[in-house]
Amino acid sequence: MELLNALVAFTNFVGVPAIAYGSQLAIGALGVTLVYSVLRFSNFAHGDTMAFGTMVTILVTWLFQGAGISFGPLPTALLALPFGIAVTMGLVLFTDRTVYRFYREQKAKPVVFVMVSLGVMFMMNGLVRFIIGPGDQRFADGERFIISARDFKKMTGLDEGLAIKTSQGITVVTAIIVVALLFWFLNKTRTGKSMRAYSDNEDLALLSGINPERVVMYTWLIVATLATIAGVLYGLDKSFKPFTYFQLLLPIFASAIVGGLGSPIGAIAGGFIIAFSEVTITYAWKKVATYVLPETMAPDGLVQLLSTDYKFAVSFAILIIVLLFKPTGIFKGKSV
Amino acid sequence: MSDTVKHSLLFAFVGLLILMEGATSFAGIFSGSWNSALVILNMGLISAIMALGVNLQWGFAGLFNVGIMGFTALGGLAVVLVSTSPTPGAFAAGGMGILMALVMGALTVVGAVAIYKFMKPGIARTLVLLAVLIAGFFIYRAIFDPSVEAVEAINPALEGNLGGLGLPVLLAWPAGGLLAAGAAWLIGKTALGLRSDYLAIATLGIAEIIISVLKNEDWLSRGVKNVVGLPRPVPYEVDLQNDPSFVERAATFGLDPVEGSTIFVKLGYSILFTVVLLALLWMAQMALKSPWGRMMRAIRDNEVAAEAMGKDVTRRHLQIFVLGSAICGLAGAMMTTLDSQLTPGTYNPLRFTFLIWVMVIVGGSGNNFGAVLGGMLIWFFWIKVEPMGIELIELLTTFMADDNWLKAHLIENASHMRLLTMGLILLLVLRFSPRGLIPEK
Repeated sequence: MELLNALVAFTNFVGVPAIAYGSQLAIGALGVTLVYSVLRFSNFAHGDTMAFGTMVTILVTWLFQGAGISFGPLPTALLALPFGIAVTMGLVLFTDRTVYRFYREQKAKPVVFVMVSLGVMFMMNGLVRFIIGPGDQRFADGERFIISARDFKKMTGLDEGLAIKTSQGITVVTAIIVVALLFWFLNKTRTGKSMRAYSDNEDLALLSGINPERVVMYTWLIVATLATIAGVLYGLDKSFKPFTYFQLLLPIFASAIVGGLGSPIGAIAGGFIIAFSEVTITYAWKKVATYVLPETMAPDGLVQLLSTDYKFAVSFAILIIVLLFKPTGIFKGKSV
Repeated sequence: MSDTVKHSLLFAFVGLLILMEGATSFAGIFSGSWNSALVILNMGLISAIMALGVNLQWGFAGLFNVGIMGFTALGGLAVVLVSTSPTPGAFAAGGMGILMALVMGALTVVGAVAIYKFMKPGIARTLVLLAVLIAGFFIYRAIFDPSVEAVEAINPALEGNLGGLGLPVLLAWPAGGLLAAGAAWLIGKTALGLRSDYLAIATLGIAEIIISVLKNEDWLSRGVKNVVGLPRPVPYEVDLQNDPSFVERAATFGLDPVEGSTIFVKLGYSILFTVVLLALLWMAQMALKSPWGRMMRAIRDNEVAAEAMGKDVTRRHLQIFVLGSAICGLAGAMMTTLDSQLTPGTYNPLRFTFLIWVMVIVGGSGNNFGAVLGGMLIWFFWIKVEPMGIELIELLTTFMADDNWLKAHLIENASHMRLLTMGLILLLVLRFSPRGLIPEK
């Protein structure tokens, strides 16, 4: 019984949040990795692309809420999501036409691209703050919980409750669908195959008649979709704040690099590795420990390895360890 | 028009902008206050120094550092550690313990590195490594936690930190440089020699972590409670106002004591900062012209060729990365001295990292004078874009009713035009004039 309680407490405070957070990071890291493998640079504007997509989704959500449209127990934001994706696609294609294409034609060095993406980041950040303001926005509505802690306790008769938020459920389901669709697209469709060919060997791909501008366009469309979905899921789960999205860059980059930049599977694995380490290291283990350990050994303190304020330090430490020992990441990404 | 004339004119233009800020209140953009002009000048000088440091890294060596904020903040921390007076009793209560814990932590890491180097790869090594790390961590926490608690319990409303050494504040400036150099060495050691983006991501990370350490380690920097009233290298306004000879002298310039004293203090800072800036500029110019500078640029332009000539690219990169970061740390210490407070909550990467990048790119990467010009010019615009943006929006929305929600919203958010404008400037310069205002020769 004690062990069961410990297990439930562990799942409730570490397992469920980490799976949801990991899915969000994985979708974000997939976007970074795609830009990296096709366009060959680290996109610093990714966090702000997420913020932009989320912002549009929030605005459409408010419009729907005002018009009395709702999605039953599910959050209205899911209905607004396609609109957010469409607008973000437009913005991303626009930046590619006006900004990145010039440097592609010049065959600029990757570091120039990174710097240009900094400029784009600046502008998107300003745009988002200009439209919606720098403050916190909560836009989740509908049913809050799939299982609430009290229902769970009543059902099982355990002392510990297990709560699963709707947003967490949606995150995991969406992540599975998105990842399945993405892999189907990359592996089965003609466009997806041409994208992979282009990313593996640009010259050979050009020789076999692949139109590079088309490949780039599809990449941006997919990246915009992934960024918006990741942003909206994160926003539903926590809340939307432009600066937080900018800060998400670090764990997202860490996920992509840990898994291996350029490798989609690596991005997913990396997302979960980062999320689980972040949550387990900053979680106060006292509750779980008191159930597992005999009474005499019960801990006095919180048994927290690091305070939650250091969650960035965790992703950073993992990043450094990977850079030191295996710079290409777990799944052998490429290193240009 | 020769280049020298053109570049002198650019500097004269920046000087003119600052003079106009002091002298006129034209079009609602300039404030017509000499105090405000000097505030802009002082931060402009500090920005120019930061830009010099970044130019060293990017312009000389092509290293992409997006952790400037972190090095700046370390400089700020140095001011607290060097110049504040030690908190009475703090060292006896927990200072020793904290130091011992930190030494213990360092020993653990050194031990782990040694084990990794000297033991044969295999399961045995992994197990020993893990055991050392875990044991080290628990010993570290066991010494560290109670000591921190003891220190933070001392007069938490005002102190609650270790305090500093009580040395003159000017000594804190080089100390800030040293602290930043140490952090840069650690980062450079891991991320240099890998692909260029990795350094960017690693520096982005270290900056965030330095800020979170400053925000959370109250025993060190009082965290978000801020350290205020740091000692100053210049006299206090109040003392000047009570000094009859100063009041008399101010009157000869036609200034009342309050305005005279504030301007006098700010001018004092300006002179100090100018001296530092000129010294650094001179050193950077000498370095650029020396064989070392030529080697750096050769490495930047073609790493493979430089390596073939027998240059150790990674080591040279590490060297210049540490140097550039040290300059940023120095500038950070100067900034904290100017504010006479350390407020870890206000460090924001957009302002402290990316703005400096805009300065370097706009000024002209690879040219020290360009970096200085960019620093001063962009700082002026950073301050002034806000009033300009509000003016512009009011102009654009004059046809709207005053209670129009869109108008209210636009005016309320006009201050965020800053980021948009800076991004736009960066993109335009990168696209149409990538060599900047004063290009590299």
